[in-house]
Amino acid sequence: MATETKAHEGAPDTGRRDFLYVAAGAVGAVGVAGAAWPLINQMNPDASVLALASIEFDLASIEEGQSVTIKWRGLPVFVRHRTGAEIDEAKAVPLTDLKDPESDEQRTKPGHEQWLIMIANCTHLGCVPVGESGDFDGWFCPCHGSHYDSAGRIRKGPAPKNLVLPPYTFISDTKVQIG
Amino acid sequence: MIMKTTKTLFGALALGLAMMMSPVSAAESGHSVPEITKQSWTFGGVFGTFDRMQLQRGFQVFKEVCASCHSANLLAFRNLAEPGGPEFTEGQVKALAAEYQIADAGVEGGARAGVAADRWPAPFANEQEARAANGGAMPPDFSVIAKARTTTQPFPWWILNYVTAYSEGGPDYMHALLLGYEETPPEGVEIPDGKYYNHYFPGHAIGMPPPLSDGAVDYGDAENGSTVPETADQYARDVSAFLMWVAEPHLVARKEAGFGVMLFLFLFAGVMYLVKRRLWANAH
Amino acid sequence: MASHDSSYVPGSAVEKWLDERLPVIRWSKTHLLDFPTPKNLNYWWTFGGILAVMLVVQIITGIILAMHYTPNVAMAFDSVEHIRRDVNGGRIIQAVHAVGASMFFFAVYVHIFRGLFFGSYKAPREILWILGVLIFVLMMATAFMGYVLPWGQMSFWAATVITNIFAAIPVVGTPVLELLRGGFAVDNATLNRFFSLHYLLPFVIAAVVVLHIWALHVPGNNNPTGVDVKSSRDTLPFHPYFTMKDLFAILVFMIPFAWFVFFAPDLLGHPDNYVMANSQVTPAHIVPEWYFLPFYAILRAIDFNILFIDSKLGGVIFFAGSILVLFFVPWLDTSKVRSGTFRPMFKWFYALFVVNFVLLAYLGASPADANVLGLSVADFSKVCTAYYFLYFFVVLPVLGRIETPKPLPASISESVLGQPAAAE
Repeated sequence: MATETKAHEGAPDTGRRDFLYVAAGAVGAVGVAGAAWPLINQMNPDASVLALASIEFDLASIEEGQSVTIKWRGLPVFVRHRTGAEIDEAKAVPLTDLKDPESDEQRTKPGHEQWLIMIANCTHLGCVPVGESGDFDGWFCPCHGSHYDSAGRIRKGPAPKNLVLPPYTFISDTKVQIG
Repeated sequence: MIMKTTKTLFGALALGLAMMMSPVSAAESGHSVPEITKQSWTFGGVFGTFDRMQLQRGFQVFKEVCASCHSANLLAFRNLAEPGGPEFTEGQVKALAAEYQIADAGVEGGARAGVAADRWPAPFANEQEARAANGGAMPPDFSVIAKARTTTQPFPWWILNYVTAYSEGGPDYMHALLLGYEETPPEGVEIPDGKYYNHYFPGHAIGMPPPLSDGAVDYGDAENGSTVPETADQYARDVSAFLMWVAEPHLVARKEAGFGVMLFLFLFAGVMYLVKRRLWANAH
Repeated sequence: MASHDSSYVPGSAVEKWLDERLPVIRWSKTHLLDFPTPKNLNYWWTFGGILAVMLVVQIITGIILAMHYTPNVAMAFDSVEHIRRDVNGGRIIQAVHAVGASMFFFAVYVHIFRGLFFGSYKAPREILWILGVLIFVLMMATAFMGYVLPWGQMSFWAATVITNIFAAIPVVGTPVLELLRGGFAVDNATLNRFFSLHYLLPFVIAAVVVLHIWALHVPGNNNPTGVDVKSSRDTLPFHPYFTMKDLFAILVFMIPFAWFVFFAPDLLGHPDNYVMANSQVTPAHIVPEWYFLPFYAILRAIDFNILFIDSKLGGVIFFAGSILVLFFVPWLDTSKVRSGTFRPMFKWFYALFVVNFVLLAYLGASPADANVLGLSVADFSKVCTAYYFLYFFVVLPVLGRIETPKPLPASISESVLGQPAAAE
């Protein structure tokens, strides 16, 4: 200790000193980052919210031509049992007429094309459109006048995109898992 | 000189402690509580973790015995599949949840089959019903019961708890309580009708009949092939461990994080000690 | 302020532009980096920095907890459990806040007792000391209200017992009590206002801390010799010498802090607080958190009427007095010598005061009808309470007059150079 001090006073041992200070700074930076992350991450969806991220829904009780709105991740989701006429109408639209071109097949699952499942927030600014209305036999958003067709595709108005499809799969013919 | 002042301050503290250490304790007064032996728990101490198989057995005891009277309102089915707990598979939990009817005002009939996100359904709709069914006594909720109960140690000994991080007072107490029933109360102890004598229950008159007996729960064959004795003692141990997990589901993750943090603090403190020494070497 | 004696020279045109408009860099350099600090400060002096860190830790974790907490009697208990169970990292953040309160008080007690030993309250630092006592009082109020928020049995009964203290005030006691509670008993209104105030007070504390540090920077630090700084040879710049030393001490302090947070987060709490509040049943043995125990013992010690003052009001007067007396310490201590190191008689009375304070804490935790060292808790508490007040009202005033202090070093440098071995 004593000799070290002397050497230090005579000619500063800058090599070790720099290393020590850089090491301290590095360890400190790691500490700050390590402490900061949990403080930010706590704002992410918690376990009770994530537990509801995936739900199962029974379609059996929905008659043709009926739709229901269910809640998924806190968002409203339209589940519509489409009529044959609606499906035909949606299929007949040429993709070139569409602002956000998507075929009816892309909007539904093969073999289950009577089921249209979409997040019920207008892609403009998030209002919930009104069903079975508008100029295209689909949905009409009363907030800023967006018209969606019977496949939930944007046809007229300020919304830029088709109504968003949530990730879902058919567990059986009458049961879907959303999320 | 600075050393001297430091010594004076430490001396004062040491003297204070020494005086308190004298062999007199609060237990000498009328507050005598039966001493409860500390049990050995896999989750005890700094390095302890839950024994997954024990939690599964404990859950079985809870489900088949305790849950007929006791609620666990903060326990969700999904918790049973989460890491650090009994770790049932997602499928097992889903099937288990579906066995229960969950009150839901939003559906036809007011009830639906449970899903993993649901909380454990309470056996009684409200406190009145619970009391009516249990001779006027209210079976406490089990969500955090393991942390709401503890054991007490006479004076100098509890200081050790700060060094050993003893946090298993709840399971120790529950294990003792579950096995603390006596058919005939000791002389001079009157137990009212409908109550039972329990050596470890405060006041000794407990409303809960002895819940566990040898062979009452069929463990079947454990997954790993080992057979666990089907005794009241084993049930008490398993269910106490399970309730500790219910009260502290992140115990294992918490301790794991602790090791990282401790290691970091020692390292950083060590580096800072060197920095400080180097810096001050030519300051005096 | 004090920009005239600053050594700051703006390095660039931008710095110069800023310096002429808002000299924050100049100010920081003068007060945070270059501030001349006595070079003989020992590790007891690092607790100021530790306390500053603890205040920040409590405010940050507190803001986070408030994002997830619900101040309603039906939901508060479960919402705290929701934090522990469901929120990402919530178990640890909540534990940091709860254990942090204990660590904060531990540090503040060391800080106060350091001041009492080294005479840090003496001229010209009276205002510094008074602001410190004010911070301590605000801390107690904040901690008390925070303890109510989880709405467990101990929360509820602590709120009931402590608000009842105000009922002892003659004539207006009951109206004041109802005003504080927002009802006839502790209930939802009480919980809501406590939440609101618990969020507010830490920022008030932070403001008083700024004044506290300002008041420190006018006369500068006291030091273990109590001798004034005589020349620049007696001091070192705050940065890097004391910033790095404080950082080292802070990290060492974090080790027991982390020990409790990660390995025994409930050990400093009370199991009864894991039982939801119930206004119909009082737990068998209620005790405050450990940091209130000495004062709680004093409150309980007065179990007799004093003339026309009944025992309840008497207890409250002594309880309040035991804290308020700290405000007057600068004028109660008549000694010209600051540091206890040079006061041969004072040292012993001080040591006894520390022991007495620890004993009061122990008595505060004991059941009222227990025995300690062969004396009933009630009688023992009276003896300890008596010494607590005698120390301030008799020992400090009298000692200064009758004691012959040891010779003081001529300067800080002399004391350091005279005993180089002792300085590290």
